[in-house]
Amino acid sequence: MKLELYNLSMYEIKKKIEKKEIKAVEVLESTLKRIESVEDKVQSYLTLTKDIAFCKANEIDKRIANNEAIGELGGIPMAIKDNICTEEILTTCASKMLHNFVPPYSATVYEKLLMEDGVMLGKTNMDEFAMGSSTESSFHKKTRNPWDISKVPGGSSGGSASAVAAGEAFFALGSDTGGSIRQPAAFCGVVGLKPTYGLVSRYGLVAMANSLDHIGPITKDVTDCALVLNAIIGYDSKDGTSIKRDKIDYLKTLNGEIKGLRIAIPREYFDENLSEPVRKALIEAIQVFENLGAVCEEVSLPNTKYAMAVYYIISQTEVSLALARFDGIRYGHRALNYRNIEELVKYTRSEGFGPEVKTRIVLGTHWLSGDNYKEYYQKANEVRKLIRLDFNNIFSNYDVVLTPTSATAAFELGSSQEKSLARQKIDKYTVAANLAGIPAISIPCGFDKGLPIGMQLMGKNFDEETLLRVARAFERNTSLDHKPSL
Amino acid sequence: MSIRTIIGLEIHVELSTKSKIFCSCSTDFGSTANSQCCPICIGMPGSLPTLNKKVVDYAVKAGLALNCNIARESNMDRKNYFYPDLVKGYQITQYDQPLCKNGFLEIGQGKNIKKIGIKRIHIEEDTGKSLHTNQDVTLLDYNRSGVPLIEIVTEPDLSSAEETKEFLESLRDILKYIGISDVKMEEGSLRCDVNINVANENGKSFSNITELKNLNSFKSVVKAIEFEENRHRLLLQEDKNTSKETRRWDDIANITISMRSKETEYDYRYFLEPDIMNIALSEDEINKIKETLPELPRDKRERWATIFKLPEYDINILTSFLELANFFEETMAYYNSPKKLSNWIMTELLRRLKEEEMDINQLIFTPKDLAELLDLIDKGVINNSIGKKVFMEMFNGEGKPKIIAEKNGWIQIEDIKVIDEVLRGILRENPHSVNDYRNGKDRAFGYLVGQSMKALKGKGNPQLINKVLKKLLEE
Ligand SMILES: [Zn+2]
Repeated sequence: MKLELYNLSMYEIKKKIEKKEIKAVEVLESTLKRIESVEDKVQSYLTLTKDIAFCKANEIDKRIANNEAIGELGGIPMAIKDNICTEEILTTCASKMLHNFVPPYSATVYEKLLMEDGVMLGKTNMDEFAMGSSTESSFHKKTRNPWDISKVPGGSSGGSASAVAAGEAFFALGSDTGGSIRQPAAFCGVVGLKPTYGLVSRYGLVAMANSLDHIGPITKDVTDCALVLNAIIGYDSKDGTSIKRDKIDYLKTLNGEIKGLRIAIPREYFDENLSEPVRKALIEAIQVFENLGAVCEEVSLPNTKYAMAVYYIISQTEVSLALARFDGIRYGHRALNYRNIEELVKYTRSEGFGPEVKTRIVLGTHWLSGDNYKEYYQKANEVRKLIRLDFNNIFSNYDVVLTPTSATAAFELGSSQEKSLARQKIDKYTVAANLAGIPAISIPCGFDKGLPIGMQLMGKNFDEETLLRVARAFERNTSLDHKPSL
Repeated sequence: MSIRTIIGLEIHVELSTKSKIFCSCSTDFGSTANSQCCPICIGMPGSLPTLNKKVVDYAVKAGLALNCNIARESNMDRKNYFYPDLVKGYQITQYDQPLCKNGFLEIGQGKNIKKIGIKRIHIEEDTGKSLHTNQDVTLLDYNRSGVPLIEIVTEPDLSSAEETKEFLESLRDILKYIGISDVKMEEGSLRCDVNINVANENGKSFSNITELKNLNSFKSVVKAIEFEENRHRLLLQEDKNTSKETRRWDDIANITISMRSKETEYDYRYFLEPDIMNIALSEDEINKIKETLPELPRDKRERWATIFKLPEYDINILTSFLELANFFEETMAYYNSPKKLSNWIMTELLRRLKEEEMDINQLIFTPKDLAELLDLIDKGVINNSIGKKVFMEMFNGEGKPKIIAEKNGWIQIEDIKVIDEVLRGILRENPHSVNDYRNGKDRAFGYLVGQSMKALKGKGNPQLINKVLKKLLEE
């Protein structure tokens, strides 16, 4: 039986293209064929850019034929979350507000991927303006989980995660404000990394909550994750929060040993909300690490219990300001009937934003108004510092922190609307990393009735190296080699 | 009952950096609408601001010149309100941690020196501009969006329109001197809001503060203050308090008009700007900026009055901008008559510069050249009117004054024989005038001097001509 190309990892594809075993165009055609056969069911994409993809793939083949150098991602089909600006390609944030927005500029990460010769397949679905955990708040369509299309893919980077899991792209970029890369990665059985704040430029990422937003890769495995991370990191003068550091090649140390490495298991993350299958999978995972010679110890992160509340106040506050620029005046949706500027702005926003977005804007405005500023917002920021301190303390003794990514596996489509509180509990394992700015990765670690379970590893600031090495060690020593049977 | 006026100012100054505060767009004034914009300064989704370090330097410079404490660490905030020319729905500014605090500026002379407190100076971005056409259409120009501003807030230490004017003029001179703004009120690079109220001397009763907006010239500042002062006094005397409100000055009707009541002040929901990291300034950086500060106008005037002993009028003109003051001082290094130099600069030099629409920095000749020219005149090598001709040539880049004078044959004729001979000729040709003079008509003498000068092609030594002419006429 001929092995379908879309089933391979990007690392394997890269080797084959470099060795001239296959052409970039063949890889692209195989991927497009896969999209054609499963996209109706999965609905990962909002925009497909076949022409751009063919143009690039042909160019790469020509360069390889001429023995010219190609970039690190040469010929690899990729997808980008629709809140990352792509020049001359529709960037809608899955909102009516930006349904017609074609940016005249590109996000730095997209430029970097193009420089490494990635092949742009299209823009993936997401929760509207990245607000949600199921990709159901998208204005355009509902994405489904490739493992079971009655389930959600997670969110808000649900389209990116489902595209990678379904073989519709070799990797995708997502954005993570409170877990929006890791949670869908966990639900879709793929690898998702939220890098340290400041490592990857946010320029061109349509902000949800600026101090919490991160861009990161969603890939089939850890090696691919390192490969994409290599391509997108680096100081960017266009992002005032970007950090100047020496560049690291994450592939170099990826397959190193983890003997003697210290892993912290915070008891607050193994509470009664955790579903039994998830707990079981994680306990088995801890066993794997111990067998590899790592030291796993229970610890406490006492301020974790406030993380959700703090996250909601800070993120909603920032949302209320980040979205203030959508007024219908310079770009995007504009209401048709209005008598004056005030009405123009009012009706535009009223028509353009969906209910989830409106709720958060109203709440965020509330947290900042009058005395609430001191009562909620300032307090939330103080607790945020304590959460950071918790992690600093742990990291003075441990190399990584191991937790579940989500309390359960993927839930039913349509169930999140009525169970919004339950859903918030699902988010609770991922938000702390965003509040602290530390790197965190989710990798598959088991199954619950055929649905993937994710394990989260958090690391020290800018220590993605260790994080990836630990994740890779787990991957190498376990065999979770299923694929969704679409 | 004696009533005291209390005035505090909020002054917005546009900084003259080449690029905007958060992007690299140009800040040039007067360009085609929306020609100086990019995704960042029109707040497109995904764009991020990065702070122009020059803006911080400029604001610190202002702070140091105004005797402020400079914050070693500060940050930026978002000020939220909706307006179509505000691109992000918020303005990036500084709220609780301004860059500069607690300074002062002195006005008045001698015993009447008064310290006006500077509460704070902070940096912020300007907004775009709405243009309303008469077809009831609103057009938006975002060229100004993101132009860097400093806001200077004074303590309520001013007590009259006169003082306010003096303060603003002094402030304008300083800001221009330190090179951070061109401070042109008519181009909007200096905008002033006035907070004013009155109180009786014991401070027991006072009127509510009025905020005066849209003042676009020093003249309107003075007139609006005088108008408000009167209005408040009358109200206070009649025991009718004013309401706390914002008013605007109507330049045509010469009155202030209420815009809105202050009570309905907007909740700006200030919030820490997450896209810009804290502004940290080291001692070293602050000292480096301090070193770039020139001597300020007030100090310079005092020093000049002592060492050059020039009239106040001259000093005020010569110190009105830094380049001119520097030119004067550099010339004085080679020359020793301040008043004569002052006269030359105020008349010849400034007039020529104005005619040619030139900047003093564009001068081709050096201060040393000008000193040499004045020296030639003083030594009688050329006379004053030839000196002006030489000056023109120097201005046009023809070279050193001595060489110009020699090349053109303008060196003064000192040879008494030559003069004697020429003058005799003139007298022969003008018997009529000679007669007139001998009949007591003094005017004829002037005519003969003029004719002699003409015959000598302007090069004759005027004193010598006078002397010889008198002698010949009396023969
Ligand atoms: Zn710009």
